[in-house]
Amino acid sequence: MTEQQATVPAPAPEPRRARLTAGVLIEAVTEGSPAVITILAIFSALVVGGVLIVVSDPVVLRAWDSLGYAPGTALSSTWQSVASAYSALFEGSIFSPTTVANAFHGGSIAAIFYPLSLTVYEATPLILTGLAVAVPFRSGLFNIGATSQFLGGAIVAAWLGADVSLPLVIHLVVCVAGAMVGGAAIGWIPGALKARTGAHEVIVTIMLNYVMANLLLYLLSGHHLLQAPGQPNQIAAPVAGNAVLPHVGGPPPQADLGFLLAIAAAAGVAWLLSRTTIGFQFRTVGANPNAARSAGMSVERTWVRVMMIAGSLAGLAAATVVLAGGSPPPPLVPSTPGTYGFDGITVALLGRAKPAGVVLAGLLFGALNAGGTNVAGLTSVPVDIVQVLEGTIVLFVAAPPLIRSIYRLRSAAGTGMEDFAKGWNG
Amino acid sequence: MTALTAAVRLPRADVRAYIAGGSFIGLGLVDVLVFTRHHGDAVFALSLPGAGIQVPSVHVPSVPIVLALGFVTIVAGFVRAFVDLSSVARRVLIGVALVASLFALLCWADASNPVGSMNLIDLLQGTVFAAIPLVLGALSGLMCERSGVINIAIEGQLLTGAFAAAIVSSAVGATVGLWFGLLAGSLTGGLVGALLAVFAIKYLVDQIILGVVINLLAIGFTNYLYDRVMVPYANLNTGNFFTPYKIPVLGDIPIIGPIFFDSTVILYIAYILLILIQVAMFSTRWGLRVRAVGEHPTAADTVGIRVLWTRYRNVILGGMVAGIGGAYLTVGSTGQFSTGISSGFGYIGLACMIFGRWKPFGATAAALLFGFCRQLGYELQLLNVPISPYLLAMLPYVATIIAVAGLVGRVRAPAADGKPYIKA
Repeated sequence: MTEQQATVPAPAPEPRRARLTAGVLIEAVTEGSPAVITILAIFSALVVGGVLIVVSDPVVLRAWDSLGYAPGTALSSTWQSVASAYSALFEGSIFSPTTVANAFHGGSIAAIFYPLSLTVYEATPLILTGLAVAVPFRSGLFNIGATSQFLGGAIVAAWLGADVSLPLVIHLVVCVAGAMVGGAAIGWIPGALKARTGAHEVIVTIMLNYVMANLLLYLLSGHHLLQAPGQPNQIAAPVAGNAVLPHVGGPPPQADLGFLLAIAAAAGVAWLLSRTTIGFQFRTVGANPNAARSAGMSVERTWVRVMMIAGSLAGLAAATVVLAGGSPPPPLVPSTPGTYGFDGITVALLGRAKPAGVVLAGLLFGALNAGGTNVAGLTSVPVDIVQVLEGTIVLFVAAPPLIRSIYRLRSAAGTGMEDFAKGWNG
Repeated sequence: MTALTAAVRLPRADVRAYIAGGSFIGLGLVDVLVFTRHHGDAVFALSLPGAGIQVPSVHVPSVPIVLALGFVTIVAGFVRAFVDLSSVARRVLIGVALVASLFALLCWADASNPVGSMNLIDLLQGTVFAAIPLVLGALSGLMCERSGVINIAIEGQLLTGAFAAAIVSSAVGATVGLWFGLLAGSLTGGLVGALLAVFAIKYLVDQIILGVVINLLAIGFTNYLYDRVMVPYANLNTGNFFTPYKIPVLGDIPIIGPIFFDSTVILYIAYILLILIQVAMFSTRWGLRVRAVGEHPTAADTVGIRVLWTRYRNVILGGMVAGIGGAYLTVGSTGQFSTGISSGFGYIGLACMIFGRWKPFGATAAALLFGFCRQLGYELQLLNVPISPYLLAMLPYVATIIAVAGLVGRVRAPAADGKPYIKA
């Protein structure tokens, strides 16, 4: 292992962008460039999801029972089942033809953009938790604890938002900064434990998820810090109006300032990783910790820094949720963290741990989440189909050789996903 | 390995002695200052109601006992801080300090409760119950990792195993259904193991990432099928479960009997698997070959051991073991499946395996420790201790972090763990 690591060079410079010609495009498709692999992975996942929808649909199964004398019914009901689910997915996240028709007949033009705004709204925390997983990936750390860091940020943001009274703008800034500090504090724990004791971050971050979930339950019950006064249920006091993220472009689109924060964070991370000394240390430690140590970098300090930055990004994700620009903003409840932390892992993997990739992956999964709600509302398919799709996409993306063999693509070099996480022996 | 050992900055021995000693003294002070607040007798029941042979309950005066225990802990702290000790003596001292503080806690909790008494048998029985899925999960991880494949997908194997067991046992019905459910759980776990094996061994996907992705997929699939199948058709989630089976003679032994030999049949299966895997892995040619593949696949290949086949087989067998653990969560305990029923047991099982240093009995000891933390939380709740149930629920997770962090670089995974083998 040691020899193998020693031969791995320090992070390779980003390949120079080739001129986009037809030849380059054809080569990219036949050799399976990362983008092509990703598209094929998404397509394959939709096929898998379609099969799952069909085999679990009682109407379709009944139609197939009578295949012998009504083959047309079987096929059409199969098509109907998948098509209705996927078109609901599309209409809930991108755009719905009926809104365009309505706009021509005097309806609201803004309504056309409503599904897109939902996608952006859903994508905001996913981009940020995706970054919270992607940055540690670049340093060879696997942060499964974005949920715990999200919770750390959410607790601070909810507390500052409800219990502190500050003027406009300042209150919002304090809440957002507080959430980032809260997330960074929780991120510090696995980083410091790894640096000082060698405790593997995968175990520590997972356990912290459960610890923080219970901490939130504790704070939301028994008249502790966060529970709304006079409230028997586990609901936090609502965030003050001054601390709510303002809408971008006004209602009805749901997009608020949070999305711009997420894009800014992605740009900041891109700058940090590619243009600063700290970022260079992050990438070097990820590519080859031994080389980094020989070069005089402190691997341990880097781990702690990386995890704190990851934590602050997850905390920022929490701020965009807890301070969301709804009216009134939904209060913090035990289910608020949802699956943001774990979705961050899939987003980071799909985005290949690159900031721009994470933004695109976040938008895709945001669209799936927004559409999933629509699917559950309009058809009998449960919203969990989205989780299956997301997991399957990432599984396929992680295994380019599988996609290549399915679609008979020529083999090519790796996808750069090999050195993301390290085993127990470091 | 070199990366890790060089990375870890061990605190100097004397600093560690002060930290450890200081924590003991802190524990002792908590005993003396806090746990003496409840007066009266602490009563510990030593047999379950309705047991054949009743062992009389133990009555102890709470305050003097707690004071004595606190004093012992504080003395242990001073000894740890200022006396140069052998490593065995240090471990004994840790044990003394923890056990003394634990009993002080139990005395305090029990003395506050005028009605009931703490049932130690119940506490230990619950510990064993809580440890079952952890032990089976850890054994699954061990099977895989000894052959060189990291298995983070234990959580997914437990979850899908639990789902399959619940749905098959409900569909078949009756007592036979339970056995079919158990089989289905095991096979489903094996299927998830096969998925892990194919992607890790054939497609060379990073095994830690792969495991987490498989876990996410398992959550997605079981949530989806739960909503789509189990909610509309309640007869597919009837909640059948194995009634406890008391082993003749052994089950009647006072104290030990009800804890170890009067339980669900899955516990007995776990005993068998535990011994089987221990013997197979460390006392047979089969196990030697597996470990050779996990430590140095190239050397193993050179002497004619089929490396990839060994890994496929072990990962699938490991998945089947975890699947039984999953079946325990449904047909072994409460019967009904609910979404996310595995609630981190797979990850804790993984931590048990690491804590137990990739050895079956070590992992079992760790699992019992975590099971105890979990059950202690429940029991303290029953005694109306003035601590929030949510804080008590943190216990096993915090214990896991402390255990993993406290190992301080002493763990050593199989050398080829997590590294795909590509034949040169």
